[in-house]
Amino acid sequence: MARMKFICDAERCIECNGCVTACKNEHEVPWGVNRRRVVTINDGEIGAEKSISVACMHCSEAPCMAVCPVDCFYRTDEGVVLHSKDTCIGCGYCSYACPFGAPQFPSQGTFGLRGKMDKCTFCAGGPEENGSKAEFEKYGRNRLSEGKLPACAEMCSTKALLAGDGDVISDIFRNRVTNRQTHGKAAGGDVFGWGTAYGKPKKDDKAAPTGAKS
Amino acid sequence: MRVTKAIISLSFIFGLVACSENSQALKASKSDVAAYQGAKNGFVDKNWTPGDKTSWEKQLRVRAQIQDEYTRSK
Repeated sequence: MARMKFICDAERCIECNGCVTACKNEHEVPWGVNRRRVVTINDGEIGAEKSISVACMHCSEAPCMAVCPVDCFYRTDEGVVLHSKDTCIGCGYCSYACPFGAPQFPSQGTFGLRGKMDKCTFCAGGPEENGSKAEFEKYGRNRLSEGKLPACAEMCSTKALLAGDGDVISDIFRNRVTNRQTHGKAAGGDVFGWGTAYGKPKKDDKAAPTGAKS
Repeated sequence: MRVTKAIISLSFIFGLVACSENSQALKASKSDVAAYQGAKNGFVDKNWTPGDKTSWEKQLRVRAQIQDEYTRSK
């Protein structure tokens, strides 16, 4: 069984925001809601400044699921953390619990009323009929059920953002790191967020990328 | 007479039980259909068979490999 994960290769991300745009366009995400965003770390430090594309990491032990008072979250067989907007009350607890700042709340109307939570679905829609209009309006496109991977990763121009089965993408990433090391470049083996989202790699876990770091 | 009263009172009790407070237990999230069942739209990739889990997993694995230019350039 595939376990869906994201990896952002900080050595490759050029901060083009193509992933952000692809996501916004694919799901017709409203103004003010960003399911994915590019953040800069070590800003201004010459040689150390990196950009990383961040969204919901679909954690193994998702804190949002643990704190939700109405239990609106569920996890698919592929490990994708989704939620029901019919059940969500927009309390915002998940927003405080999430280490990646993934939950977003649309504020519409005169008084900026906080709406139902919205977040990255790994392009897997939600609890509506796969590919239906109702699903699209609430959760966006369901690309997984179309046999496609998330739009953000597939649109990434430098392939910095990898999405798919954890084993497959970690193999791709490991291969890159090895190649960079072979050519005397910065290895860039640190995988942003993996330790936080999926736990530290076990000794016998061959699939975990090298140098996993939270 | 007593038996009739008892039956009536019992039916009242059962009736009241039926009208009792709704369960406030957290509702289970709505069940979602697995992604390998396929989408009901015209955007489904033609290289796999909706409903066949093995073919869906293979399709995603192949698709994920497109992200690896080291294999693409070979």
